Amino acid sequence: MGFKIIVLAKQVPDTRNVGKDAMKEDGTVNRAALPAIFNPEDLLALEQALRLKERYAGTTVTLLTMGPPRAEEIVREGLFRGADGGYLLTDRAFAGADTLATSYALSTAIKKIGKFDIILSGRQAIDGDTAQVGPQVAEKLGIPQITYAANVVSAEGGEITVVRRLEGGVEVAKGKLPMLITVSDAAPECRPRNAKLVLRHKKGTAATEWSAADVDADPQQCGLSGSPTKVKAIESVVFQAKESKTLDSSDQAIEELIVELITNHTIG
Amino acid sequence: MSNFYLDNPALRHHLHHPLMRRIAELKERNYADAAKFDYAPSDFEDLLDSYERVMEIAGEVIGEVVAPNAEEVDHVGPTVVKNRVVYAPGTAENLKVTTQAGLMGLSMPRRYEGLNFPLTAFIMASDIAARADAGFCNLWALQDCAETIYEFGDAAQHQKYLPRVCAGETMSMDLTEPDAGSDLQAVMLRATYDEAGKCWRLNGVKRFITNGDSDIHLVLARSEEGTKDGRGLSMFIYDKRDGGVDVRRIENKMGIKGSPTCELTYKNAKAELCGERKLGLIKYVMSLMNGARLGIMAQATGLSEAAYREAVAYAKDRKQFGKAIIEFPAVYEMLANIKAKLDGSRAILYETSRFVDVYKILEDIEKERKLEPEERDELKKYKKLADAYTPLGKLLATEYANQDTYDTIQIHGGSGFMKDYPCERYYRDARITNIYEGTSQLQVVAAIRHVLTGTYLKQWQEVYQAEKLRPELQGLQKRVAKLVDVYEKIVPLVADTKNQELIDFQARRLVETAGHITLSYLLISDANRDYELFARSAEVYVTLSEVEVAKIQKYITEFEPDSLKFYRHTEVA
Repeated sequence: MGFKIIVLAKQVPDTRNVGKDAMKEDGTVNRAALPAIFNPEDLLALEQALRLKERYAGTTVTLLTMGPPRAEEIVREGLFRGADGGYLLTDRAFAGADTLATSYALSTAIKKIGKFDIILSGRQAIDGDTAQVGPQVAEKLGIPQITYAANVVSAEGGEITVVRRLEGGVEVAKGKLPMLITVSDAAPECRPRNAKLVLRHKKGTAATEWSAADVDADPQQCGLSGSPTKVKAIESVVFQAKESKTLDSSDQAIEELIVELITNHTIG
Repeated sequence: MSNFYLDNPALRHHLHHPLMRRIAELKERNYADAAKFDYAPSDFEDLLDSYERVMEIAGEVIGEVVAPNAEEVDHVGPTVVKNRVVYAPGTAENLKVTTQAGLMGLSMPRRYEGLNFPLTAFIMASDIAARADAGFCNLWALQDCAETIYEFGDAAQHQKYLPRVCAGETMSMDLTEPDAGSDLQAVMLRATYDEAGKCWRLNGVKRFITNGDSDIHLVLARSEEGTKDGRGLSMFIYDKRDGGVDVRRIENKMGIKGSPTCELTYKNAKAELCGERKLGLIKYVMSLMNGARLGIMAQATGLSEAAYREAVAYAKDRKQFGKAIIEFPAVYEMLANIKAKLDGSRAILYETSRFVDVYKILEDIEKERKLEPEERDELKKYKKLADAYTPLGKLLATEYANQDTYDTIQIHGGSGFMKDYPCERYYRDARITNIYEGTSQLQVVAAIRHVLTGTYLKQWQEVYQAEKLRPELQGLQKRVAKLVDVYEKIVPLVADTKNQELIDFQARRLVETAGHITLSYLLISDANRDYELFARSAEVYVTLSEVEVAKIQKYITEFEPDSLKFYRHTEVA
């Protein structure tokens, strides 16, 4: 028996080399200045989806991405590796979205796609490093989630088994479907593009495009207007070991940390 | 992120050679598949784009996965467990990833799940693979055995085996035996027809079989009881799924250590006859061998490429006497010579593969319809050229791979002798290339006919010398024309003696002269299409050729047939 899998994937600027034009005046990332790539952990999520497809006949893998029209290439890259199809959420109304507005938009699109069994996504994107979108989508859809997956072991009898790689060890988690899983960089590499699939999908439309209206999204909750987060500045920061600080997990220690971070304007 | 296709503009240059348009048109039967397969091209531009994209995938997979695995594969190597070969973990990963990338069965027709790519594209992928891991290149390139099944097998065999090759099953060609190496007429492995089982059975031993535990084997065996020569040999297909062939041991080799070289025992192994009886050696193996020789040329070229890059990187980095050693003439001369030999090897590699492409595709078309008279002429012309260029190219490219890897170690000095740098692996890997699939000495035997019958001379005079060149290359072309004059003098000096022993003795010198001239012309032609990329190599190669040909001329002109007595082996009491 097969599963209906949705892979959340993001086209990200390659932040491994951040120049001075990396940020626009309004505080958002200047995507035009950086080469666009498939977010690395989302590729790992795709690989997990494709492995499930190989293992369980009848499984389909659908990509969902949000971005400018050129983000269609994310879906195409997925097709090149064996995905069955994909959707691109693209609309000016979505522009400037933070994680909250993004997860709202994605969840409306997932509702529009309809029935699904598994949603896979990368733990986090290399442009924002928030690791919030996956969990927020699960919350908005009202489904359980397993984060930091290194490997989806099996999905049988309505139950999915996942190995999580955590600090200091691994944990095997089980849960009922439908389930959202975020995949960490401990997961195996994604397979390469396949020659025949590349030739098959190199031309033509790769993704079904949806606007905010197509997915019945509330414009107030989309894009900049739906985004409480404001980016103050982007810079390349090299942390030094001497600046590190070890805290215990008591409420008092956490409160002190928060106060310190607010005081020095790291957050808030 | 390394992509072994994108970082090497010479490959793109050869993929875009003018003859590719004709090859594509023939291979695609005027793009008839476009209506039947959603991944078939609709026109030449679309097709070239497809070639590019697939080479890019090959370059990425090989650069990102195969190359980083190479050192460990060389150290670990394959093992034999319970009569089966277990690849080194890196080799297993390489096979898995190249299969996932859809790079197996590149040249098979689409109806068998292939990509219908010309041989030239397949050879290019081998060239790329060898730069990363020459041993892996063997496993990869053996998929070319599928060509033999396609050419000579029947429809049922096509259906049964070709899609499996495209899905990643590996192949081997089981020819050599303990007493049948260069002389395959001596093959003894017995094939008998089992009336009860309605199949052939194989019994005997094969030795030095590359990837001998493959999924699908082509086996040369003696089907005609009582015969002793090549006419009693037939070609068989052995399917590993049927069982009956065990790996007795694998060889401990100097190089290409990732590629298992097996000794096989056949115990009543079930097999299918491929093609007609008695044509095994005289027709099928000859065809198989020509394909394999082209594969080894690609392997050698890839090794020269790897060596050159390693040599340049080291020479730029290494400082002695206050400067980078690349600034010393003694070093940069070696580098320029390596590069010229590399570019020359690649020039004849792709020239040959294009010739093979044209005639093989026309032969394939001939199975579908009668050829037009001009197509028949085209087939004949290119078949002859392929026949002449294959041994010439194999001789030169593999000898150059040896020289290039040797010089690369020299540039590294003492460090090159250590296992710390990959150049010692390249050197060990290169050493087999001028031995297997026919030694250099046997390539000379095959090529000398074309020296004596004028095949090379005709091609130079009618095609290369007639090429319209940019002004800055015309001087070089004149210098090569002078070498042709020398060639026209020394060939009759040897041939007219009618002394077969003397002809055999001088053959290598004549063939090498033909090689120097051919590569010179080809490099000039490459420089004519891309001056920046090839002009320096053309200049360096022509200069090298002038020196070599002068030596050969002196040797041949001054050699007295009577002097052979000093060379014949005699035991001194």
